[in-house]
Amino acid sequence: MEYYLPVLIGRKASNIYELIEGIKAVPAASIYYHTHKFLKQHHYLVPEPPNDFAYWIRNVLTQPKLSEMIAGINIAGYNNLEDLRKKMLEIFNSNGIAGYEINCLKGFEFQFMSCKTFWFKYKYEPVNLKEFYEILQKIDISVFYASIFSSKLRMGKQKNDFSEWFDTIGETELSEQVSKIDPYTLTLEGLRNKILNLILKYGKHK
Amino acid sequence: MVNINNYIDIVGKEIIDGLFIISEKLEGKMIQHINSTSVGGGVAEILTRMIPLLKQLNVESRWDVIKGDEKFYAITKAFHNALHGVPTKFKKEEFEYFVEVNMHNSNEMIFDGDLIFVHDPQPICLVEKKIKSKKKWAWRCHIDFTNPQNDVMTFLEKYIEQYDCSVFSAPAFSRKLKIPQVLVSPSIDPLSDKNKELPEETIRNIVEKYGIDTSRPIVSQISRFDYLKDPVGVIEVYKKVKKYNDCQLVLAGGGATDDPEGMKVLDEVKEASAGDEDIHILFLPPSSDIEINALQRASTIVLQKSLKEGFGLTVAEALWKGKPVIAGAVGGIPLQIKHQYSGILTYTIDGTAFYLKQLLNEPNFAKEIGLNGKNHIKDNFLITRHVRDYLLMFLSLLNEGDVIYFDN
Repeated sequence: MEYYLPVLIGRKASNIYELIEGIKAVPAASIYYHTHKFLKQHHYLVPEPPNDFAYWIRNVLTQPKLSEMIAGINIAGYNNLEDLRKKMLEIFNSNGIAGYEINCLKGFEFQFMSCKTFWFKYKYEPVNLKEFYEILQKIDISVFYASIFSSKLRMGKQKNDFSEWFDTIGETELSEQVSKIDPYTLTLEGLRNKILNLILKYGKHK
Repeated sequence: MVNINNYIDIVGKEIIDGLFIISEKLEGKMIQHINSTSVGGGVAEILTRMIPLLKQLNVESRWDVIKGDEKFYAITKAFHNALHGVPTKFKKEEFEYFVEVNMHNSNEMIFDGDLIFVHDPQPICLVEKKIKSKKKWAWRCHIDFTNPQNDVMTFLEKYIEQYDCSVFSAPAFSRKLKIPQVLVSPSIDPLSDKNKELPEETIRNIVEKYGIDTSRPIVSQISRFDYLKDPVGVIEVYKKVKKYNDCQLVLAGGGATDDPEGMKVLDEVKEASAGDEDIHILFLPPSSDIEINALQRASTIVLQKSLKEGFGLTVAEALWKGKPVIAGAVGGIPLQIKHQYSGILTYTIDGTAFYLKQLLNEPNFAKEIGLNGKNHIKDNFLITRHVRDYLLMFLSLLNEGDVIYFDN
């Protein structure tokens, strides 16, 4: 299970130049926080892209194209935060610098934050796919962070934890199907339902 | 006393199980909370509900309150206003008296917690005891620090930086400090008298007791009588709207024992509302939680036109009841409301009047943003999330690193 405690780092940006300098300087945990916070806040409905940088660029600086380019980064394709940071900086560099110096209104600055992450061992350990299915129905959503998001992006694994476990019990097709999910395009409840449905469809020993 | 398992029906069993898993890692540790009032105001309210829950999670907790006289609380109220950016002049003797009262309390108080958790500026100097106790100390700031007056801030920073960690309610309140700063939003308790479900009959009886007509739209602001909540501004808004829409205005609130300014504000509010029978000014005693609950539930639209705000828990209370809320975009309120999605954020009297008319005229839109607001509060601002954040904050003081693993 993964929980996080938001950490304030006392750094803010008033324009794109300052945002870029901040993105270069903040700890990797800050990049994780700002690209995953909205998912955590809106379990059932995500009203904006799950990316604080994109949200601020669109809603405060009113630069929708640049915002969309940042929001459109395929985070599911990354397995470390440094590459994700580089990709964001590349986008800022390639976009040209029009409007980069325009300051937001006072009080609307981008507040860089970070997080302290806590991983706890979950008390239920399934021994077969049937048990896994039952546990997944009732499991706390925080398990998804450790097993789906962090396992790749922060642990550098090629596959998420669920897919790895499906491989160990011989459910290779199910493993592949779950690996293909882009979890950033679903709500957390949507992600739970998607995996449950894939188990019913592709699981051999359900 | 509320049983922690009673929250399962609201947030789900998995959330409560998670709290027990986290709290196991604090076994044997005692948390000592210290603040300046046991009754009235958001801090006392949260601690009253929080401490029994921590105990049920097997985290030993105690709550101590410092003592001060009228002079001390007049100074702390002036500090509060100055920290919110209200220009205030201070004499050297006032800072000295503030420290003196703190030192007197620190000599009387026993600091036997493993973690000492001090709330707000009033007891801030108690940290001077830290050098001798060698325990972990955290300072919780519940107020808006975006534009503090320099002399007060400089004075407080000397003490803040002696703590091991500071805790703020909104990202914009963070400062350049030499100690770690974490974000913990406050919360409401869905099972408290102020927020629990009430039968329609109870709501109607309470509201009609105050002479409010339940058959006509009710606009309310339920908040302490405090300049920073702008109750006179709310009356101006109402008067602008009343020309076009029939409605009643309810301004209801109490006072905290550490706020000597409340009665003065109440007098000004009464003067501004004189002669209008549709304005109901209700000064409620501290034991009025059911009444507040009923007034919020009976409201058609809830206002919180704050000029400065720590977090603005009254917004969360109204949203939890599915009410459309129009609130000032200050302090922690934008964390609770996304404009035109889960409520309305405003900056001016005219803007507030415009949106109030709009919501009165478009009840379907008002209903939709009220429901969105309720879901947002459920996911992020209920006491179970708050308990979890405190448990994690306590663990963060005992464990170093960005990622902390507990593998058993």
